[in-house]
Order: sequence, then C-alpha cells, then structure tokens
Amino acid sequence: MVVPLSHFLVVAGLLLVMGVFGIFMNRKNIIIIMMSIELILLAANLNFVAFSGALHDMVGQVFTMFVLTVAAAEAAIGLAIVVIYSRNRGSIEVEDVTLMKG
Amino acid sequence: MLANFFFYVFSAILLVSAAMVITSRNPVHSVLFLILAFINAAVLFLMAGAEFLALVLVIVYVGAVAVLFLFVVMMLDVDFVALREGFQKYAPVGALVGVVLFVELALVVSGWTIAPGATGFLEAPMPNGVTNTVALGSVLYTQYILLFQIAGMILLVSMIGAIVLTLRDRKRGKTQNMRQQHERMAAETLTMVNVKLGEGAKMPAPEDVV
Repeated sequence: MVVPLSHFLVVAGLLLVMGVFGIFMNRKNIIIIMMSIELILLAANLNFVAFSGALHDMVGQVFTMFVLTVAAAEAAIGLAIVVIYSRNRGSIEVEDVTLMKG
Repeated sequence: MLANFFFYVFSAILLVSAAMVITSRNPVHSVLFLILAFINAAVLFLMAGAEFLALVLVIVYVGAVAVLFLFVVMMLDVDFVALREGFQKYAPVGALVGVVLFVELALVVSGWTIAPGATGFLEAPMPNGVTNTVALGSVLYTQYILLFQIAGMILLVSMIGAIVLTLRDRKRGKTQNMRQQHERMAAETLTMVNVKLGEGAKMPAPEDVV
C-alpha cells in the first residue's frame, strides 16, 4: 500500500463523523438518517480495508464482505418499513412514530 | 507521489459528497451524492489493494442499495420540505457531538502504533503471487465458510421480511371461488319448465330465480 495507513484512518474518521452529524441534522427525515447510517458503515469498511492492506491480512477484507451484507439487509428492511409506514399513515416524520410507546 | 495525489483527490471528493448527502435540500440529490461517495470509496478500496471489494461496492451499493433508496425517495409522496424543519435547531448539538467524536478518534489514532511483533499473529496472511479475488476466496470459503453461510441466511431473511412487509393482497378483478362453486345445488339454480309447442318459454321474473 503506497498511501500511509494514517491517511486512510483520518478519511474514515471524518466520514464517520459526517454520518453521525447527518443523523443529528436530519432528525425528521428517516431516509436521510438511513443514508447517514450507510455512510457510517462505509467508514467502518474503509478502516477494515485500510488495516487489511497495511497488515497484509485478508481477514479485514472478509469482514468487509460481512459488513456489506448486513448493511444491504438493513437497508432493504428499513426501506420496506418506511414504505408501509408512509402507506398507512401518510407521513414518515420520525417524531410521529410513537405508536409503540402506548 | 502520484498515488498520494490521487488519494487526496478522491478522498476530498468522498468527503465533500458525504457532506452534500446530509445537507442537500432535495433527497434525490442526497441519493445521487451517496452514489458519488460510494464510487469514490471504491477507488480508495482499490488504492488499499482490495480490488474485489471495490467492484463489489460498486455493484452492490451503487447498483442495488442506492437505487433502492432512489426508488423509495421518488415513490413516496412525502413533503420533504416539512421534514427539514429543525435543521438549524439541531445543528449546534450535532456539531458538538461530531467535534467531540472526531477529537476522540484523533487522540486514539495519534497515540497508537502497531506492535512490532503483531505481524506474526496474522489470521490469514496475504499469499504472494495470486490475485486479490483468489486470496479472498481461499480464505472466505474455507476458514470463514460458516460465517459466509450465515451471511447468506441473513440476506434470505431480509429478502423474505421485505416482501412480507410490503406485500399487499388487494382484490384484482373477478376470481373463482372454488368452495362456493362446489356447494351450489342444482335445485337452487335450475328450474324445470314445461314448454308447450309453438309458445316458447317465458322468462321468469328476476325475484323468482333463486
């Protein structure tokens, strides 16, 4: 790996911070929140791959595959929930989703 | 040095497009910037030596997940302007949390090194002379076969779950009702009429028909 490991770590850290910041900024829009979660998982993947390249170990890339799997499953289920929620209630505002509170 | 230059270019585009994902007014633009971020992350994967994962990222994320997001954003009839209320209200808290998180990460990264003997404890060292795909497959299908199959089960469960959640059994057109057809008796529907020659049959009134 030509580029030093620390540069990858800084980029991944900034990406993770942006994902967390996005969750706070878009408190009402659940679709943007899910995109922010995707950004956070991408930062984790970038860290896995960077360490895999720096240490010459394949396990980091294997686990990146699993993180990709879980992220895809999470996106599919989450978007399905968003679709049926907006079909039933006509709104996807996060603050309206208080049915489970009793 | 050229590699460093390209790393800076692609990571700058990655970070700018990630910032646009969370700040753009139109959610469709957010999804498109998410696609741009994924493609630039794939280039960074390439520079870290993970060619297979870079292309998987492009195919799975740009081709499937981001398009799924795009479908949902375009399909839902939602007032996205109303969803942006409170954007300024939550910004200070979010910025505070972000800064604290980044400072913590920076402290961890700056005061930390890989131990000199750590390379002796590698779980699956990269073999020399084979491509990245072969190396990844030779680890994934042997050492991690159980986790790989569990990942497949997770995908199956999520697929079935998404279908079950969104499936809507709506009435479409006329369909046969087998039970009703089998329970019909001849006496309920047929009447025997004695038709005289040259007069023809008279249609019974509708209320007489059972």
